[in-house]
Amino acid sequence: MTTTDTPTPGTAVNAPTARTELDAPAVAYRKAFLALLARDLHVLLKNLPLFVLRTIMQPLLLMFVFTYVFPKIGQGVGGKGAGGEELFTAVLVAGVIGLAIVFQGIQAVALPLVQEFGYSKEIEDRVLAPLPTRLVGVQKIVTGMLQGLVAAALVFPIAAVVPATDVHLHIRWLVLLTMAPLAGWVAASLGLVLGTKVAPQSVSYLFALVVLPLTFLGSVYYPWTTLSPIRWLKLAVLVNPLVYMTEGFRAALVQGVDHMALGWIYGALVLFAVVLTWIGVSGFEKRVVT
Amino acid sequence: MPEPTTTTADPPRIDPTRAAPEGKAAVIRATGLTKTYPGGVTAVDGIDMEVREGEIYGFLGPNGAGKSTTIGMLTTRVLPTSGHAEVGGVDVVGNPARAKQVIGVVPQSNTLDRAMTVAENLEFHGRYFGMRAKPARILAAEMLEQVRLTDRASMPVMALSGGMAQRLMVARAIMHRPRVLFLDEPTAGLDPQSRLALWDILREFHVGGQTILLTTHYMEEADQLCDRVAIIDHGRFLALDTPEGLKASTGVDTLVKVTAEGGDLARLADLLREGIEGTDDAKVGDGTVTLAVQKAKGLLPRIIDLAEGEGYSVTDLSSSEPTLETVFIDLTGRELRE
Repeated sequence: MTTTDTPTPGTAVNAPTARTELDAPAVAYRKAFLALLARDLHVLLKNLPLFVLRTIMQPLLLMFVFTYVFPKIGQGVGGKGAGGEELFTAVLVAGVIGLAIVFQGIQAVALPLVQEFGYSKEIEDRVLAPLPTRLVGVQKIVTGMLQGLVAAALVFPIAAVVPATDVHLHIRWLVLLTMAPLAGWVAASLGLVLGTKVAPQSVSYLFALVVLPLTFLGSVYYPWTTLSPIRWLKLAVLVNPLVYMTEGFRAALVQGVDHMALGWIYGALVLFAVVLTWIGVSGFEKRVVT
Repeated sequence: MPEPTTTTADPPRIDPTRAAPEGKAAVIRATGLTKTYPGGVTAVDGIDMEVREGEIYGFLGPNGAGKSTTIGMLTTRVLPTSGHAEVGGVDVVGNPARAKQVIGVVPQSNTLDRAMTVAENLEFHGRYFGMRAKPARILAAEMLEQVRLTDRASMPVMALSGGMAQRLMVARAIMHRPRVLFLDEPTAGLDPQSRLALWDILREFHVGGQTILLTTHYMEEADQLCDRVAIIDHGRFLALDTPEGLKASTGVDTLVKVTAEGGDLARLADLLREGIEGTDDAKVGDGTVTLAVQKAKGLLPRIIDLAEGEGYSVTDLSSSEPTLETVFIDLTGRELRE
């Protein structure tokens, strides 16, 4: 037992007098919300090297294998003919951006929440911050969305450096700058839903049953429009929000490839975002308040 | 014929202002507070309570008595099935976000932010409660001083001992100057030294006028710290008074434990009950007979004489004052830690 563990009794202590003047509710909620965001940002910056490593690993390896190794060993993907490989690279960049954002939803929202609800119980303190419990859930979505945007941005330098072929991205800025936050919102709210529903001991099932199908059948490696020969699959994957993200990024970045109509993409993503946010936030409140 | 089922009679309704300090405002007020969990278990069964400013108010009861659920309802984490509760004048059910501004909570388990250091835990807590970064940092340092953790400021919280983590959680809960500090089993699992350290800190807060509500199943904790103690079992208040008032209510001033051999202890208990003047009760348990006695002068020699005269050999004899445990046994027929 160290001496620091034994306070000397009778030491003068500032009398903690209770505050009588309180911030107005709207002010208190805003301050608490921003402080919770600041906390997440602080933790992120503290662990920045780890965050970057965790975020770029998947895009880096995907781009490396498919757009550097394959062309070099003559194992072509992306169809025959001139420009086939270059086009595939652009298609893949769009897919990988969508994938990176979805992974942030899992890594930045779902997995920490599973832990905080589970063994660490930290969530019990976070929800005592002076704002409505639902807003604590909303704050988690905002954090996840911001991290998703950072993850998406990190894909571009990888795409510029790694591929063996030239990469030609035709950026439609308006689409890109609306698609990225929208995709981030969908991914983060999906993360909130999963984080509030999955028990710590079931995390491995989360990967096998949700993350893998989501990513492999999310039109990451091929445009959704090219699925016509497998019509049932083309229809089935429409329940996968990643399909709309990758199609959206294709619309924003790639010329010369068909993509789903933008109206459908935006409509579906907004619908996913609203529904998943609602389910996630109410699920969060139910987990917290018994 | 099946035996008739015995239903425990409803305990008498206890006046929530019993033994309350005069002239102080109520900071917690609850009426008919009830929680029935899905599945039909009623954890809290119609509690009326009032805690006044500056009091240390304790819930004493065994595990599962409904203490934590009651704290949960008062701190917005558990929704009452019925009843009403106000803390600092705020309806905790109708306006939980507002109520969270006026409460400080030390929960049963360690809920420190593991991603941050000791000082950062306090700093960000201050910011959740509306402080700017710099004042929050300064106050965090002062709080660490108060709970004697200054030299651990830059450590990760995972490196703290149980007692230190508990003190940090107390500092965190008090930092935004709540109207009421809630502590749920604050010293459960702590070593005796850490427990005393925490008691000292709470006493200092008390001197400073802080209202405190704590739950405990340690009778010493209730006895030594609390101004008033509510004895709680099966979700109901069985008694409410100052610790002294509760002990006086047993009508007994001495407990004598007689360890004896050489015969039937039940018979010895009967003999002592009849033969020792002022004996209120005599119970047999674990090789001993425990006598509850009033006005016990020259008691021990008389007990030995009587027992040995009947052929028993008394191997040990000890006397003590009644404790809150005695009160609990009196009220429920069970021990606190059963």
